[in-house]
Amino acid sequence: MSEWESVIGLEIHAQLATTSKIFSGASTAFGAEPNTQACAVDLGLPGVLPVLNRGVVEMAIRFGVAIDADIDHRSIFARKNYFYPDLPKGYQISQYEHPIVGRGHVSITLDDGATMEIGVTRAHLEEDAGKSVHDRFAEQSGIDLNRAGTPLLEIVSEPDMRSAKQAVAYARKIHSLVRYLEICDGNMQEGSFRCDANVSIRRRGESELGTRTELKNINSFRFLERAINHEIERQIDLLEDGGAVVQETRLYDADRDETRSMRSKEEANDYRYFPDPDLLPVAITDDDIERVRASLPELPEQKKTRFVDTLGLSADNAEVLTANRDTALYFEAALEAQPELAAPIANWVLGDLAGALNKAGIEIGDSPISPARLAGLVARIADDTISGKIAKEVFEAIWQGEGDADAIIEARGLKQITDSGAIEALIDAVIADNPEQVEQFRAGKEKVLGFFVGQVMKQSQGKANPGQVNALLRDKLKA
Amino acid sequence: MSLKPDDVRNIAQLARLHIDEAVIDEYAADLSSILELVEQMNRVDTSDVAPLSNPLDATQRLRDDSVSESDERDKFQAIAPDVADGLYRVPKVIE
Repeated sequence: MSEWESVIGLEIHAQLATTSKIFSGASTAFGAEPNTQACAVDLGLPGVLPVLNRGVVEMAIRFGVAIDADIDHRSIFARKNYFYPDLPKGYQISQYEHPIVGRGHVSITLDDGATMEIGVTRAHLEEDAGKSVHDRFAEQSGIDLNRAGTPLLEIVSEPDMRSAKQAVAYARKIHSLVRYLEICDGNMQEGSFRCDANVSIRRRGESELGTRTELKNINSFRFLERAINHEIERQIDLLEDGGAVVQETRLYDADRDETRSMRSKEEANDYRYFPDPDLLPVAITDDDIERVRASLPELPEQKKTRFVDTLGLSADNAEVLTANRDTALYFEAALEAQPELAAPIANWVLGDLAGALNKAGIEIGDSPISPARLAGLVARIADDTISGKIAKEVFEAIWQGEGDADAIIEARGLKQITDSGAIEALIDAVIADNPEQVEQFRAGKEKVLGFFVGQVMKQSQGKANPGQVNALLRDKLKA
Repeated sequence: MSLKPDDVRNIAQLARLHIDEAVIDEYAADLSSILELVEQMNRVDTSDVAPLSNPLDATQRLRDDSVSESDERDKFQAIAPDVADGLYRVPKVIE
């Protein structure tokens, strides 16, 4: 074990899935022509006033309730002052004192199955900035303000994580939660869900925190883990060489797989927060909170417990099925078609289907095999119409769009042979052709049974019921 | 509390204001006297008074989450000093 311990906290920016902006009635739809969704408020023109979006407040409360947080009954907005071309007002409306969501917590599951509590310090509302385009013009930067004013929930964790893996597990947990709550689409490529990591190291056993650096520009969970691990190594090297860590912001460069220092703008850290005089305090009543609580969907933890307790799934399967909302929805849709087959459906979703989707690089929401078709396939295995082996062939055919399981079984003549007369005929032929192996079996060499099963299955082109073949073979060979 | 010339330079930098070196001391004195006034107010015992974030005794009205603005880019860009390809153009910003 290394003598160094790493200490990690995350700041996650989740774009809230509203249709309009946090303080204006402009659309938040992604991918529009530049500046066609930037109104006078978003541009910071003189004389305009922000008006807070009710949907944003409700989404923040949803998150707060889901992480069991204190929700402030009186929340205020503050101005965070800095100059940058994609921030036309010269300040970002954010929250400083009295953020809407106070202290809460989530629990993460580690690789060894153990669980760990991670504290959430706070979650506050703020507006997103616009986007700068640096490569379009030779001498100038282009500014697109469509994103300006998009609502963000910034979720700040306690420095409770001790490894990159734990940080990723926490980030995935928050990601899963905001998707379940339907408050954020979670799209990391489009920047709807962004992670910054605060990383420091200290000698094991010390209680003081070391100097931290902040890693930005991380747009996937894989990069998050790599960026943190790189930064931990960099800091250890520095300290072991007698150097010191400088508090700074570092950008992760995925192409080079390294972090590098942003040009340090010392004065940039003086944001001079003060309450925004354009916005009155937001009052949140207990009734508001209870109304939101009553409208919450089933959350991953609850779903997992239900899958284990009432469907009889293993804890491992329930964990993986519920980690991603789309996987859980897929499983439940399949279960609706075949309510008695929870366990085999779970195995197919997590086994063959997950494997095929992964190989093809397709998300489960876009699966070429619908939940109903997967359930149909599982049902045909359960009622012995086809064997597990033939099922793989049928699965492949459904994937290729050849129809549902019944149609494919019919068209390809894959129905399992369960007629014992037909199976006995095959067995008799195989026994007649292999007198030597029959002698071996009768002399006590049990292993030869496998050879016979294989031969019979081959003769039936895989369609004989393996259980029946086994039983009938034993009877015949012993006769 | 009294501000030193360097404090004034720092504040000016944060506010992107150019201040002539010749008047820095004058600014330092003026700003210090404002801070002195604040300090005077700070001496009042307010331990049983809740902090005031807004002088109006009211709370924020909320609007429904719906799109009410249409695209008026052409009008906004007509008054901008430099636009191209739908983008506002500014001096090159290097990250």
